[in-house]
Amino acid sequence: MTTQPNAQLDDVDKAILNLIQSSFPITPRPYAAVGEKVGLAEDEVVARVQRLVRDGVIRRIGANFNSRRLGYTSTLCAAEVPEEQIDRFIAVVNQYPGVTHNYLRRHRLNVWFTLIAENTERLAAILEEMQTQSGIAKIYSFPANRIFKIQVDFAL
Amino acid sequence: MLTELEQKVIRGLQRDLPVTARPFQEVAQELGLSEAELTVIIRRLMDQGYIRRFGATIRHRLSGFQANAMVAWSVPADQIEQVGTLMAACREVTHCYERQTSDTWPYNLYTMIHGKTQAECEDIAQSLAAAAGIRDYVLLFSDAELKKTTMRYFQE
Repeated sequence: MTTQPNAQLDDVDKAILNLIQSSFPITPRPYAAVGEKVGLAEDEVVARVQRLVRDGVIRRIGANFNSRRLGYTSTLCAAEVPEEQIDRFIAVVNQYPGVTHNYLRRHRLNVWFTLIAENTERLAAILEEMQTQSGIAKIYSFPANRIFKIQVDFAL
Repeated sequence: MLTELEQKVIRGLQRDLPVTARPFQEVAQELGLSEAELTVIIRRLMDQGYIRRFGATIRHRLSGFQANAMVAWSVPADQIEQVGTLMAACREVTHCYERQTSDTWPYNLYTMIHGKTQAECEDIAQSLAAAAGIRDYVLLFSDAELKKTTMRYFQE
């Protein structure tokens, strides 16, 4: 999706975005509740949010789960992949639903991805499979010992 | 422990919420629940920490923070608590994790830094380094987003 770096957001858009990022009302008519706070009718709020989704300002609306709390395990992985093998490596890695983020980064270790799995055994097995299938012998895994901060809201 | 019903709701919430006046009604119908039952369960899953956040996810590029860098820091073990807390308190740091290392990768603390430009990210990293007294760190700028998706939990 193309996004406009300077998408025109007016103050009402910003107020709506701030509200539905961090305190989306979990009620039958959430946009009516948002409308009361920003001084708009429910259908006007819905129309604005639809536009913000269409314009790519909003990536998605929904639940963000705590994978650990759900009993899953996760890790940050990195690999040194030669330029000519990158496409194949990415194809192998990205086929796993547990790979949720994957970035090409400017470093000797140039591919960095996150992997979530049901348990540590499954996670280790997936990494083995990836190494075998891609021919990249070493995928590093750096699981988290501790989370100091996760902040996904951006005040606009 | 999650009940079967809660797991079913979690599966049902892995799609994006439709942008309609009554978004929960659609999801509730799919799950064979009433809107009220669904919203009660969602609030409970939030209270119990299974859902970390519920709402809109904004594309970073549109929030004025066009650039981001992952910074990996090598922090002495006895300073990790202090340094992690210090970095987490910084407004430009959205994620801060302590992670395991490997023989050839000594970096044990990771921060996501957001700035208006790449140069600003570098400046922020420099100030953090000075404030924390950490000299050994690498900035990992992303050249391409290869995958970004949400995890599907409890899929059979």
